[in-house]
Amino acid sequence: MEFIDYYKILGIDKNATEEEIKKAYRKLARKFHPDLNPNDKEAERKFKEINEANEVLSNAENRKKYDKYGKDWKHADEFEKAKQHQQHQSNAQYQSSGNYSDNADFSDFFESMFGGGSGTRGNNTKFKGQDFNTELQLELKDVYTTHKRIITINGKNIQLTIPAGVENGQVLKLKEQGGEGVNGGPKGDLYIKFAIENHSKFKLDKNDLYSTVGLDLYTAILGGEIIADTFDGKVKLKISPETQNGTKVKLKGKGFPKYKQDGVFGDLYLMYEIKIPTHLSEKEKELFTELSKLRNS
Amino acid sequence: MNVENFIPLNQLCTHYQVQFSFFSSLSEHGLIEIISIEQEPYIHEDKINDLEKMIRIHLELNVNIEGLDVVFNLLGKIDDLQSEIVGLKNRLRLYEN
Repeated sequence: MEFIDYYKILGIDKNATEEEIKKAYRKLARKFHPDLNPNDKEAERKFKEINEANEVLSNAENRKKYDKYGKDWKHADEFEKAKQHQQHQSNAQYQSSGNYSDNADFSDFFESMFGGGSGTRGNNTKFKGQDFNTELQLELKDVYTTHKRIITINGKNIQLTIPAGVENGQVLKLKEQGGEGVNGGPKGDLYIKFAIENHSKFKLDKNDLYSTVGLDLYTAILGGEIIADTFDGKVKLKISPETQNGTKVKLKGKGFPKYKQDGVFGDLYLMYEIKIPTHLSEKEKELFTELSKLRNS
Repeated sequence: MNVENFIPLNQLCTHYQVQFSFFSSLSEHGLIEIISIEQEPYIHEDKINDLEKMIRIHLELNVNIEGLDVVFNLLGKIDDLQSEIVGLKNRLRLYEN
């Protein structure tokens, strides 16, 4: 277990006065408060650290004990004995009981010195329970249609409807599927962030899909018909004579579904990539030479 | 108006142990919308998350109502920027593969 220097965490001197401790804590709390740093795990971790430091140093009795045994606590038998008689007194003046902390509110170091948590955090105000955050990894094809899925959060199975067209990085909120409320407050919410991998041949930009289609030289020159892949099937395409390499065609409504707009799809853009024939026979070379002469005469 | 999705303010005062004046100050600064139904003040349940955040920031960080207004404007901007970053990252993937 690593020794934690609470003075260093608050950026104060060992001889700091109560007022200096309070001032340092408030300054850091304003900087790292999770409500002011949404989705910032590092800020959340720091906020817990400074709360823990404040919990100890702003309480005269705890501070005295920390000062006396802190560095050598591992070797202090007396300290271990004293710990058993420790009646932890909380200074909960600025201790939050909001919905932003995870299960580990205090370090092992803190718990070994002062027991687990303060037990009297915050006042009796009812607050919503802790919000849970999780990430769900899906394939692009999984979000092409709306479907139901069961996910397990903290041992609890939750049925989730994944709407078609949900985007990578998008966050879905499930009301009251988070932690229990504080002092009888309502349950927290569950936030699910979607991490969508695309292993298909299609590139996605918002709701539009992009892909390239190989076109043989003769169809490109003379025109004809080809079968091209769409995300959910195949489509027959007419190729105009003299189609150039890099020509783009738009297939309206053949793109990706739009989020929460039933039956509405983006477009599919196909780019023709003309394949130049290789391993020409002598006869072919002869004919191409003739064509070239015709073109340049 | 259907009160089903609204929560009476007096209930919130008891629940969060804050004075009614705090809510009316928030409303005066445009931070929350108080709806009057049959002469009773209510707040929409969808706004509870924001309201709790305001209460926490106010009580734990001693931020006054003007400060909350500034904080929430900036948090709104952070939210917009984060959504934009997600959108841009998704577009960047178009060129990375």
